[in-house]
Amino acid sequence: MKKTREVLRIVVVGHVDHGKSTVIGRLLCDTKSLPDGAVEKVKRISKESGKPFEFAYLLDAFEEEQKQGITIDTTQLQFKTDKRDYVIIDAPGHKEFLKNMVSGAASAEAALLIVDAEEGIQEQSKRHGYILSLLGIEKINVVVSKMDLIDYSEEKFNTIKKDIKEFFSSLDMSVSEFIPVSGFLGENIAAKSDKMPWYKGGSVLDALDKFETEKGLYDKELRLPIQDVYKFDNRRIITGRIESGSLKAGDEILIAPTNKVTRVKTIEHWSELDKTDRAYAGMSIGITLEDEFFNKRGEIICHKTNLPLIGDILDVNLFWLGKETLNKSKKYKLKLLTQEVECEVLAISKIIDASNLETIENRDVIKTNDVAEVSIKTSHKICFDTFSQNPNTGRFVLVDGYTVAGGGIVKGIKEKQKAFSRFMKDGTKMSVSCFEDYFYMVGEGTIKLAANNVRDYDVGEVIAIKGETYSYPENFNIIDLHSGYAAKVRGAELKDIIEIDTLEFDYFPSVNVKGAYIKLYSQKDLDDFKQDYEAMDTGDHNKLAEFANKWLVFVRYRTIKYR
Amino acid sequence: MDHIKRLEAQSIYILREAYRKFGKLGMLWSIGKDSTVLLWLAKKAFFGHCPFPFIHVDTSYQIPEMIAFRDKTAEEYKFDLIVHKNEEALKKGMGPEKGRLVCCKALKTEGLSQVTEKYGFEGLILGIRRDEEGSRSKERVFSIRNRDSEWDYTNQPPELWDQFNTDFPKGYHIRIHPILHWDEIDIWEYIKRENIPLVDLYFAKNGRRYRSLGCAPCTGTFESTATTIQEIIDELKNTKESERSGRAQDQEDSYAMQKLRKDGYM
Ligand SMILES: Nc1nc2c(ncn2[C@@H]2O[C@H](COP(=O)(O)OP(=O)(O)OP(=O)(O)O)[C@@H](O)[C@H]2O)c(=O)[nH]1
Ligand SMILES: [Mg+2]
Repeated sequence: MKKTREVLRIVVVGHVDHGKSTVIGRLLCDTKSLPDGAVEKVKRISKESGKPFEFAYLLDAFEEEQKQGITIDTTQLQFKTDKRDYVIIDAPGHKEFLKNMVSGAASAEAALLIVDAEEGIQEQSKRHGYILSLLGIEKINVVVSKMDLIDYSEEKFNTIKKDIKEFFSSLDMSVSEFIPVSGFLGENIAAKSDKMPWYKGGSVLDALDKFETEKGLYDKELRLPIQDVYKFDNRRIITGRIESGSLKAGDEILIAPTNKVTRVKTIEHWSELDKTDRAYAGMSIGITLEDEFFNKRGEIICHKTNLPLIGDILDVNLFWLGKETLNKSKKYKLKLLTQEVECEVLAISKIIDASNLETIENRDVIKTNDVAEVSIKTSHKICFDTFSQNPNTGRFVLVDGYTVAGGGIVKGIKEKQKAFSRFMKDGTKMSVSCFEDYFYMVGEGTIKLAANNVRDYDVGEVIAIKGETYSYPENFNIIDLHSGYAAKVRGAELKDIIEIDTLEFDYFPSVNVKGAYIKLYSQKDLDDFKQDYEAMDTGDHNKLAEFANKWLVFVRYRTIKYR
Repeated sequence: MDHIKRLEAQSIYILREAYRKFGKLGMLWSIGKDSTVLLWLAKKAFFGHCPFPFIHVDTSYQIPEMIAFRDKTAEEYKFDLIVHKNEEALKKGMGPEKGRLVCCKALKTEGLSQVTEKYGFEGLILGIRRDEEGSRSKERVFSIRNRDSEWDYTNQPPELWDQFNTDFPKGYHIRIHPILHWDEIDIWEYIKRENIPLVDLYFAKNGRRYRSLGCAPCTGTFESTATTIQEIIDELKNTKESERSGRAQDQEDSYAMQKLRKDGYM
């Protein structure tokens, strides 16, 4: 079998008119990646309009683009080197078309930032740089173009290089290579130029081949968002694209956020060529399950050992591309994987002018092309990962009216909920940490808490009663003297949350919010327990320890593991 | 996953999104290689079923072999086929002699508008590719058309992370382009690997063959000895001619396709 060739997707960004399309056009020409017809056509158009041959016209196909000498919309082309296949994406530099730049850049893995040697770093050079960092594109080369206009001067090149380095280090990003070129004359594009003997590096083409491609997605946790469920014949096929990880027939899976557990029965196929019992990240598949629950679009299939986050308040970094401003009181549609929910912006922490990285003070709305740090509240809970954990499952778009108007990446669930899971009933919230794991850290000789499986549960939801260091019975109570609430878990489901005063002794075992067993054998014990607590000065640690030793047995349903 | 598998997975994802999002969905089938590949991809996406109709906008000028292949394939694949002609224009004698672009606009663009309106399609799946020509190179995967099927190409909404624009005002429709990211050689590599049945006009007879199929008066053959798919792939890898150089309407003026497509052409 033929060896599989790698593909790298590269976007070319930078300020308007700095020579992006020209560099790409030249690269395609010099690597003979274009049909003669395309070059002939540009020759004819240039001649008709009395202009010299413009390499940019090879990409700027619209009449409006050619007449105005400006890229309006993004496009992409495949081209090949001996090393691998490329998709090269042209992006417009004009501020007005930032939405199109983002549309092009969003699918790239690496970027070339083009900076005009005469003009140096400009507003959109910075804004594009910032957007790249938001999109998680870390592989960046800088191409200093139009070197012919500054007589291939090493000095000026070094000044620009210094400016750009400074800018990117303020973003915590680094640039791999700086390449001086003339796109128009083809210097240092597909072959090393002899015009700049002082430059020791390679051509743009050499630099492209040096980028390393990502291999991460297969090795990550399984994330298979359900796209649709088909029942065309007697099979009930669940379809979707694997965003990360892999899956095989027979795997035990959990379907988030409902936490239903079952096994993969088959991976379906139509053509015999596609018959397989394993599937990997990037594949669009259809599977059948052993237990036929009611499944729907938006749910996420994962392995039991590694679940996504679930929540309804997200801390995000956002870029806004809409014509209208983004307002706090307004409702938008949020799309993340195959989930769609209504949402609103709860709080704006920071708005940044991406063209100079300055924070915009005293503004409560987010304007077109702004970048911001905000908290978003969704109408109900959704599943996701943080972008740093898993880029594919940690990003979303916002829809305003009929069109996508912004996008962003998830930094985390709102900070203060992080350590706790919450039980919820009509506005009543009870924070519990009985699903945290305790480890004895062999190296340090200390016991540490690990906040795993943090999530919110509504009444009626199934609770993960078994974890790595705990195993609760199917029926039990959780008593929280501090908040004054008690939760009833019945059949591993959160049945009810009640006020502590209405709780009556019911013979089911009870634990506190940390999962320690409470020694209650009668209604009297329950009353005494409450009274002891009330009579105690909870600021006194000795008293607290005495109380705990009297009433609690930590290891009844819990254990401590070595780590 | 190799290159072709990746392209295929993306196309299937797009097809399933379209099916999920649009109640009134149809797929244009021009009988050429690209839309025949699309048909195959639909079979895969829906596990052998075709949950929406296929539409052929018949100009009545198509090369006769194409019509024969159409009817045979529709029979074999068992899908709903809608054949639509702009009868009114044909009655008035519309043909290429009235001007190629005028004819394309009447028989294809208007024909398509008529069938869209008649069935109330909200989504139309089309087998266009970026590398075919300039205005297609700038397309979105989900591309909105207004009530008059017009394309506002200088003001397209953002499209990122495969979160497509699936909302639209009443009366508008969305064009869905599942193979936008494929190029001509990818198509042939896929046809070969999957062994997809194709109309034999693409294979050389008496030293000539078609590279792109359209109406008989406006579609030319070129010199070729390629009689197998592999020979076609080898030939394409060595040619510098552009794919649509045999299509007369493209050559009329530098922006002919842009103008046609702005008005709703495929
Ligand atoms: N002298 C000289 N001119 C160049 C060079 N590269 C580009 N140009 C000219 O600069 C102008 C702008 O080039 P483009 O490639 O269209 O710039 P762009 O960055 O793609 O512009 P937008 O996409 O509109 O942002 C054109 O007239 C080019 O001919 C170069 O290396 N040397
Ligand atoms: Mg450009």
